[in-house]
Amino acid sequence: MIAVHHYIFLSAALFAVGIYGVIARRNAVGVLMSIELMLNAVNINLLAFARYVTPTTLTGQVFAVFVITVAAAEVAVGLALVINVYRNMDHINVDDINLMKW
Amino acid sequence: MDWHTCSFYVLSVMILGSALMVVSLRNIVHCALFLAFTFMGVAGVFALLHAEFLAAVQVLIYVGAITVLILFAVMLTQKTIGISLKQTNRLAPLAVLSAVTFLCMIAVIALNTTFPTSGQHTVAVSTQTIGSAILGNGSYVVPFEVASILLLAAMVGAIVIARGQDN
Repeated sequence: MIAVHHYIFLSAALFAVGIYGVIARRNAVGVLMSIELMLNAVNINLLAFARYVTPTTLTGQVFAVFVITVAAAEVAVGLALVINVYRNMDHINVDDINLMKW
Repeated sequence: MDWHTCSFYVLSVMILGSALMVVSLRNIVHCALFLAFTFMGVAGVFALLHAEFLAAVQVLIYVGAITVLILFAVMLTQKTIGISLKQTNRLAPLAVLSAVTFLCMIAVIALNTTFPTSGQHTVAVSTQTIGSAILGNGSYVVPFEVASILLLAAMVGAIVIARGQDN
């Protein structure tokens, strides 16, 4: 039986990979993929604590269901925005989308 | 090393390896395919944590729906599909630094904390317990309804945004 720390380290490493992707990717779709990685890391953490701390009530699993719902909504709206940006600017390079930057 | 530990390490290597591929490969289509691998590994970790319902949901929604949606977006937005371009900006060293800092911070905090883990090994049947936790009396009915309104609003918003102005 492995300890809860293993799952925390796995989730922290996945989240760190997601942080790197969000900051460093130039492609807007790549940024959205990195956000999905981070949301998956959060879900691993929630399920690990649901398994090890409250194994009979499973509140963490309920929250993971809500996180998956919000992730699906986020990716739908985000990809619609990306497609609209591509239609207007002919590229989706996030470094050059600076019309609203002051 | 029992099968539980062994499969945890195999799944961890699979998840982290393909996640690194997702953020570092130059062809965005390959990134999307490795993203599906990552989601499959995460579903395996969910199954190891006795969350069978969420493992199935993970495969259905993430591997089945979100990866396909991302691939559609890639194909609609790349004139240069199949061509590898430089995918990282000048912030890449700073991004590595902040990711490593975050990882070290979490590792130190987690090692210095004693979590109130219960030694109980009997685990509730996940699907039934989740169902009664969401829809049973006095529980998460209101957040459940709010989540359905959120999904409806996201669907309408995505259609309106992606439809364009002229038609």
